[in-house]
Amino acid sequence: MTLASYIFGIATALLGLIVVIEMLRRHRLRERHAVWWLIAGTFALLVGVFPNTLRWAAGLFGIEVPINLVFFVSIATLFLVCLQHSAELTKLESKARVLAEQNALQELRMRAVEERLAELIEERKAG
Amino acid sequence: MQHALDRTLIVMPALNEAGSVGEVVREVFSSLPGATVLVVDDGSTDATTAVARAAGAIVATLPFNLGVGGAMRLGFRYAIDRGFDNVVQLDSDGQHDPASIRRLVEALDGADLVIGARFAGEGDYRVRGPRQWAMKVLAAVLSRSAGTPLTDTTSGYRASGPRAVRLFATQYPAEYLGDTIEALVIAARAGCVITQVPVAMRPRQAGVPSHHPFRAAAFLARACLALVFALARPASSIQAGSK
Repeated sequence: MTLASYIFGIATALLGLIVVIEMLRRHRLRERHAVWWLIAGTFALLVGVFPNTLRWAAGLFGIEVPINLVFFVSIATLFLVCLQHSAELTKLESKARVLAEQNALQELRMRAVEERLAELIEERKAG
Repeated sequence: MQHALDRTLIVMPALNEAGSVGEVVREVFSSLPGATVLVVDDGSTDATTAVARAAGAIVATLPFNLGVGGAMRLGFRYAIDRGFDNVVQLDSDGQHDPASIRRLVEALDGADLVIGARFAGEGDYRVRGPRQWAMKVLAAVLSRSAGTPLTDTTSGYRASGPRAVRLFATQYPAEYLGDTIEALVIAARAGCVITQVPVAMRPRQAGVPSHHPFRAAAFLARACLALVFALARPASSIQAGSK
């Protein structure tokens, strides 16, 4: 590994972490959604600074080419985050549905109230 | 009998049915004078709301399209809020003959959910090909689940009694085909008595029917998927009435 690639790895991991933290700071991201990205960024930084930890971990699982461990963990993380997003989407959709239903019901009540009010005003004018 | 009809809310989900909804509403009023009709405009882009309101129906307008399931759940919630015992679901494209409502509501005396079945002898509504196979398979499985022979499980013409209305107000599924297939499974599992009454179907007054072979095959696949998931979900129970 050359010095250039060593620095490149660390810089990329740092950049990722900084983006996530900055988004958190500006409330563009909620903690519960950011936690996976923070963990992934921290791991990337760890492996970038100490490449030997990757070799050690790969050996632990019997993976011959250490980079495969990186790919495996990355894909697994992306898959789980995607799944979480689908679940969140489902939840949001059902919330939106309930709101739409309630909105329509409120509109009906409002219309009834307005009609009754108009009637009362007419009655008062007449009487 | 008139008493039961007074406590019955007729719910008509409508999506871009301005061409037929007015006529259907007037037909309901002429065959059942004094009936309460709630048209749920499911995010239409045409004049459905105005036409239905002009015909004398109560109209609830959804801000965006929720599908028949969402529209019906709104109907069930409205029924509970306003103290209606029964809910009859009626298509607003004119395929369902409002004259059969009376028989559907009569059948609620001995059942919680009555399905207006299109192939049970009356009328000449026919389907062929994959759609027919799908309907046969669905009928066989759902008949077992409901413990009573059902021939037309995807019919949207149905009447729900007080127990079913309470169940559906919270549990009505909003997914595609959930409103027919899964609703039956939910009702059967919650211990509702399900029965069917033969009804005649009429051709649509307006709009386009979906009889593409490709669409039919997609229907088969989605129906089977809906059925499998409906059976795999945990059973729900009817909440005690809060009246």
